[in-house]
Amino acid sequence: MREVAVIGIGDTKFGELWDLSFRDLGMQAGLLAVNDAKLAAEDIDALYVGNMSAGRFIEQEHVAALIADYSGLARDNIPATRIEAAGASGGLAFREGYLAVASGMHDIVVVGGAEKMTDVGDVFANEIQSSAADTQWEVVFGATFPALHAMIARRHMHEFGTTREQIAQVAVKNHKHGALNPKAQFQREIELSTVLKSPQVAEPLGVFDCAPLSDGAAAVVLCSMDKARSYTTKPVRIVASSQASDTLALHARSSITSFKSTQVAAREAFRLARKTPADVQLAEVHDNFTISEILAIEDLGFFPKGQGGKATMDGETMLGGKVAVNTSGGLKARGDPIGATGVAQIVEIVQQLRGEAGRRQVPDALLGLAHNVGGTGATAVVSLLEVA
Amino acid sequence: MATARFWRENPSRYNLKAVRCGNCGKVFFPPRAVCSVCHRKSIGKMQCMNLKGEGEVYSYTVVHEAPSQFEVLKPYVVAMVKMDEGVMLTSQLIDSDPKDVKIGMRVKTTLRRIGEDGPGGVIYYGYKFAPMKV
Amino acid sequence: MEVGIVSYGAYVPRYRITPQEIGRVWGSDGEAMSKSLMIYSKSVPAPDEDVITIATEAAKNMMRRVPGVDPKDIGALYVGSESHPYAVKPSGTIVAEAIGCSTDMTVADFEFACKAGTAAMQTCMGLVGSGMVKYGVAIGADTSQGAPGDPLEYSASAGGASFLIGAKDMIAVINHTSSFTTDTPDFWRREGQDYPSHGGRFTGEPAYFKHVTSAAKLVLKRTGSQPADYQYAVFHQPNGKFPQRVAKMLGFTDKQVEVGLLTPRIGNTYSGAVPLGLSAVLDVAQPGERIFVVAYGSGAGADGFDITVTDGIARMDRSAAPLVSHYIEDKRVIDYATYAKFRGKIRVKEEVA
Repeated sequence: MREVAVIGIGDTKFGELWDLSFRDLGMQAGLLAVNDAKLAAEDIDALYVGNMSAGRFIEQEHVAALIADYSGLARDNIPATRIEAAGASGGLAFREGYLAVASGMHDIVVVGGAEKMTDVGDVFANEIQSSAADTQWEVVFGATFPALHAMIARRHMHEFGTTREQIAQVAVKNHKHGALNPKAQFQREIELSTVLKSPQVAEPLGVFDCAPLSDGAAAVVLCSMDKARSYTTKPVRIVASSQASDTLALHARSSITSFKSTQVAAREAFRLARKTPADVQLAEVHDNFTISEILAIEDLGFFPKGQGGKATMDGETMLGGKVAVNTSGGLKARGDPIGATGVAQIVEIVQQLRGEAGRRQVPDALLGLAHNVGGTGATAVVSLLEVA
Repeated sequence: MATARFWRENPSRYNLKAVRCGNCGKVFFPPRAVCSVCHRKSIGKMQCMNLKGEGEVYSYTVVHEAPSQFEVLKPYVVAMVKMDEGVMLTSQLIDSDPKDVKIGMRVKTTLRRIGEDGPGGVIYYGYKFAPMKV
Repeated sequence: MEVGIVSYGAYVPRYRITPQEIGRVWGSDGEAMSKSLMIYSKSVPAPDEDVITIATEAAKNMMRRVPGVDPKDIGALYVGSESHPYAVKPSGTIVAEAIGCSTDMTVADFEFACKAGTAAMQTCMGLVGSGMVKYGVAIGADTSQGAPGDPLEYSASAGGASFLIGAKDMIAVINHTSSFTTDTPDFWRREGQDYPSHGGRFTGEPAYFKHVTSAAKLVLKRTGSQPADYQYAVFHQPNGKFPQRVAKMLGFTDKQVEVGLLTPRIGNTYSGAVPLGLSAVLDVAQPGERIFVVAYGSGAGADGFDITVTDGIARMDRSAAPLVSHYIEDKRVIDYATYAKFRGKIRVKEEVA
């Protein structure tokens, strides 16, 4: 297995992008990444696309071929693969691209993620998103995706005394970061009271505890480390990328206050990297719900189990804190076009490690972690990247 | 028209059909062919059984933003219930004021309409939970 | 062969609405309606309830009282209602599967306005008595609707009861059944119509009273009995007053009618009315007591029964399932808007993707 680097990144703004179609989004992000890597199309060996549900959002399957075609890569008949694992589609696509280059099968690949969620009504979009859970045994009985996370929150409060305010603080922090990110869907700071008073979605979670429906795309270019410097002066090395699964239904777990998939993937990634959580300066974690970030920072090993709420309230995950979590604004403020999210996390980490994150730059960023989750933790992928 | 996909699950939706691993005793709902603990050792040893339908609330929430087919019920309570046989199920919790729902509350299943395939389509029936009458 | 009731079970939804509340919305004197009908509240099914869920819960309660009976020995199951969820597809098959019946049995749905449940009982009596089946299940259940603002809206309610008919270990023997049947259009609903229509005062004397008294007299004559021979009398009860009036006409007392008269508290449960009334009696009846039952169904017909409670009832743990009184007391009062929402009387938009 040889070393792999990220040599190019690109992303669209995330939000309700009425003028941009799915094809437009995929193409935009892809071209930005390829330009950033100063590549010619003929240099690209393969394309990996993360997308959760184009079939239901825009009645289009076979989207890897579509993106390859519209980015002009299809004329070279490159292999194009779509990867799906609900919210973790992007992270998994990244890992597949990494494995393809690490194995020696390909030298340069483009990994993209895209989702167009606003071409259908809100109610239907939420139903599509719910298919990340167990449709036959959870959703059909009325358990929506937010409802499942609300039950996680209630149990976390019951087991560890986590408070409603601590959970809400995740949104406050991420909006603060998002305000520093010109590509974020929401660039406005919010108060804790706003989160606490927001309309209820599934108690105790309200509108401000949930990531928005978004359109967007992100892409990265991966290259074998030995060739990386011919494309960029700031290659970022992929130190590890590990993945784990767990039961589809939340009720089949032995505990719902941690995601074992995150724990297993993280442990494996740190083992392969020969690093510990203390070595990480910044992390992009999967905060599709505020409570999810609290579980994430515990399960990844940044804070002891049950202490995630307190750590958040104490500012330890703020820019400038012990570990800067979701400097992009996270899924909550940056946006969550499902298939694009995992790749956008990599884009943020790379920008930070290159020192190009502007007002949200983490000082002395050397090692970054990306954490992408599918469903209520049925899939998790953890990737570690470092300055090369 | 998803008639077969729902009809297939009727034994579990109507009668709580489950399986018990003949090797370790772990109960699975819905039924599965192989025990996730014993793997190979459980093949051919999974025993059919019906859950009794009684358990206690493990966690719950009150849903305010509902999918289209549940609009008429909102706000409604969804609970994860640990059945006495050890396996956990997820469904609505009815006949109870949301503020009276507590973790640890004893509940019992009852048959209710779960959904329908539109006003002209097949009606799906299945289990919901109600507080156990003392 | 003697045939009779081996077990019974009831179910009434918990929501209630009052005549005063209905009158308030329609600009009618709800208080006066309440008095003239002798109905103080009626039961309303939740949006996730229907005849199938009500029949299932009643049947499960029936099975809970006889843990020694294997549902696989049930040879027939009939659900009588005028509000079956499907116009075509039987309620009975779903109930049968939900209570654990085998595939080796026969099922059909019955309709005869409010006497569909008792018609099912008669059919089960025949199947058991002829030796064709070991046990038959007869269920009467309804979630009847009255047109908004119509007098029927004050009384049409929801509920049901289920009877396990057999020839062994009976808690009550059905000594005799006779019916009186004519073609009388007092109350009807055409296919495709949301709400039933009725003949106003025509539903009284030429319909209810004629048929109930005629069937009652047949039963009394053929069994050689007098009203005084019975401890309980259960009559169909479209309102609280008709049963008392017909009782008086036949020579029964208010006291005999009292236990089985539920309409004042829960409204007219249509096919569930007499079955629920009979269940309420069985909840308290003692060995040796006799029960006189006459159900009435518009269209029209009346089914009469002469029933004697056996020693078996003392051996049964009746508290293994909720008593009718439990369901009557376990209530939640709602307003007209909530009632209209629950009963689908508000036109909602069909979802666009």
